[in-house]
Amino acid sequence: MNVGLPSFLLLAGIVFSIAIVGIFLNRRNLIVLLMCIELMLLAVNFNFIAFGRWLGDLNGQVFVFFILTVAAAESAIGLAILVVLFRERRSINVENLDTMRG
Amino acid sequence: MMEPVYLAIPLAPLLAALVAGLGGRLIGRTGAHTVTILAVAVSFVLSVWVLKEQLQDGAAAYNGAVYTWLLTDGVPMEIGFLIDRLTALMMVVVTFVSLMVHVYTVGYMHDDDGYTRFFAYISLFTFSMLMLVMSNNFLQLFFGWEAVGLVSYLLIGFWYTRPTAIFAALKAFLVNRVGDFGFLVGIAGIVHYTGSLDYAHVFHAAPLVAQQSLSLFEGQPWNAMTVICICLFVGAMGKSAQVPLHVWLPDSMEGPTPISALIHAATMVTAGIFMVARMSPLFELSPTALSCVLVIGATTALFMGFLGVVNNDIKRVVAYSTLSQLGYMTVALGASAYAASIFHLMTHAFFKALLFLGAGSVIIAMHHEQDMRRMGGLRRQLPVTYWTTLMGALALVGFPGFSGFFSKDALIEAVAESRLPGAGYALFCVTVGVFVTALYTFRMIFMTFHGEGRMDAHTREHLHESPWVVTVPLVLLAIPSVVVGWPTVGPVLFGGYFGDAIVVQPRHDVLGLLGHEFSGPAGFLLHAFRSAPVYLAAAGAVAAWYLYLKRPDLPAMLRQRLAPLYRVLDAKYGFDWVNENVLAAGARALGRLFWRVGDELLIDGALVNGSARAVGWLAAVTRHLQSGYLYHYAFAMIIGLSALLGWLLWNA
Repeated sequence: MNVGLPSFLLLAGIVFSIAIVGIFLNRRNLIVLLMCIELMLLAVNFNFIAFGRWLGDLNGQVFVFFILTVAAAESAIGLAILVVLFRERRSINVENLDTMRG
Repeated sequence: MMEPVYLAIPLAPLLAALVAGLGGRLIGRTGAHTVTILAVAVSFVLSVWVLKEQLQDGAAAYNGAVYTWLLTDGVPMEIGFLIDRLTALMMVVVTFVSLMVHVYTVGYMHDDDGYTRFFAYISLFTFSMLMLVMSNNFLQLFFGWEAVGLVSYLLIGFWYTRPTAIFAALKAFLVNRVGDFGFLVGIAGIVHYTGSLDYAHVFHAAPLVAQQSLSLFEGQPWNAMTVICICLFVGAMGKSAQVPLHVWLPDSMEGPTPISALIHAATMVTAGIFMVARMSPLFELSPTALSCVLVIGATTALFMGFLGVVNNDIKRVVAYSTLSQLGYMTVALGASAYAASIFHLMTHAFFKALLFLGAGSVIIAMHHEQDMRRMGGLRRQLPVTYWTTLMGALALVGFPGFSGFFSKDALIEAVAESRLPGAGYALFCVTVGVFVTALYTFRMIFMTFHGEGRMDAHTREHLHESPWVVTVPLVLLAIPSVVVGWPTVGPVLFGGYFGDAIVVQPRHDVLGLLGHEFSGPAGFLLHAFRSAPVYLAAAGAVAAWYLYLKRPDLPAMLRQRLAPLYRVLDAKYGFDWVNENVLAAGARALGRLFWRVGDELLIDGALVNGSARAVGWLAAVTRHLQSGYLYHYAFAMIIGLSALLGWLLWNA
């Protein structure tokens, strides 16, 4: 069967929505939050690839590599912060992290 | 050249004041009084020399600047000297009384802690007063004017641990500010109309100024010269303690007695008289201003005399007498008898300084008791003080032949000749004033020196005559008080002594009228017996004798009978009450209004704290947006993003 552009965009939208819902629903775990952010980036990647293919433009494909690299670095830093945070607080519960409250 | 001499006269006391004031600890008490007395003696000798040059050798008046301070808008501000006969006379009077007071102070302030400070102040005063009288321009006049005011303030508050002294010092300073404001406005007017501060230039330009008019209120043109002269006279009212700016002078008696003699009787308070006489070319052009001077002087002369009758403090009686005599001088100014005014100023300087120093000698003997009700019979223990004070008293009441007789009689005659509006009132005041003067003067003499001693036993045992440093100045002042009138009355009043220094217009020349009848001091003496003042003075003395020696029970009865009148006099006509409860309280209330409403409420409250509070309120509201939860921020970002996208799609 022929998988067209709309299917890809739909998939990207679904993945992005899952990520958003994950961010909202999740009140406990910081790791889930990080994963949701990764999901969002993946959704964006899907869009890039799909449009790159659709428009015949390689720039889209190239951008995905950049995004993947940045995402890897970002999650590495994020996880590192997470580890430090856990050592400090003995918890990664999001609801407890309100030091910035005004 | 005389210029170095002119410079040395004021600078010697200044130098001595600096030495005694700054180096008082190094040179000690003896050093301080030696250096200041020497300096004033130098000034005195040089002043006498200058007077002799002017008088005998007929030297021309000197008018020159020694230093140009600055030049602004083409108006040079200089330090300069105008030495004519008027100045020379004032210089001799000032330095002579100052010298006497310096010597006297050695005895009077004998055990005071502020000994060297006192000498520094009085030397500084001598310098300031000399700068005032020797000036040839309005700026230096104003400098001297303010400097004597400052020293007066310092000396009234000399015993600065007494609250009353501080109050009196502040009062004198504030009341003088009122006068000085008028004076400054007058000077500003002069600069505005003539473009110069120099006397000679201003006097030259004065007739032109008198033709101009200015409008203070809408549609009410005033002669410019009248406005200037009245403003200048307001300054004189402050310094020479004329009603209603007289309130500070009685209170100034809080200062040490030598100061009362020097500053508040003989010299500083006559600065206003001197200034008006010096400005005679201006005042002559404005009959309105002269009338004003006449009426205010007459009021002061009579009504301040009454207060002397009810006061019991020996120094205050003399102080009210000073006020009254200053009123006499002012009346003479108003009647255009400037020479008579300056003549009275001179004789008054001698006998009033003598009276104050005599009162001071009594106060020393009484261990600083000033209430005359606790004195009496002192003539046996204090013979020198008694006789010298009696000389001063006779001079004050105008006993024929004494110096005060010539000056006061000439003055009254001059007022009688005046045709200005208000001259009748003035003549009435000064004539009745003669009776009042004799009454309070002899009341003081009788209560202090005659009758039974009313002091306590301890004081009575320790009564003794004052040391020679006190009595010698008394004797030296008593001599001119008695005799100075004889040689001077002719030339000063009628002989054109002052030359160009004093200008009198022919139609105001009351002394010129009197001069036709003048035939030497002896003739003047005989003439006086045909006029009222001598008999009025005698009546006053007899009344004092009857009331305070013959029937001492009468005054108390009179006080009972005339209770309302007594209350008015005792309250000093309520000037103090009005000043404190209306003017001072009003000013304080206005200040409090500005402070509370303007400063605290508007500036501090609304502007400064208000803006801070507004920012704080805004922050308090917006801080609730910051929950600190990550998902809230994420939500905000997504909402924002969605809104942005929506907006883009909508517009696309």
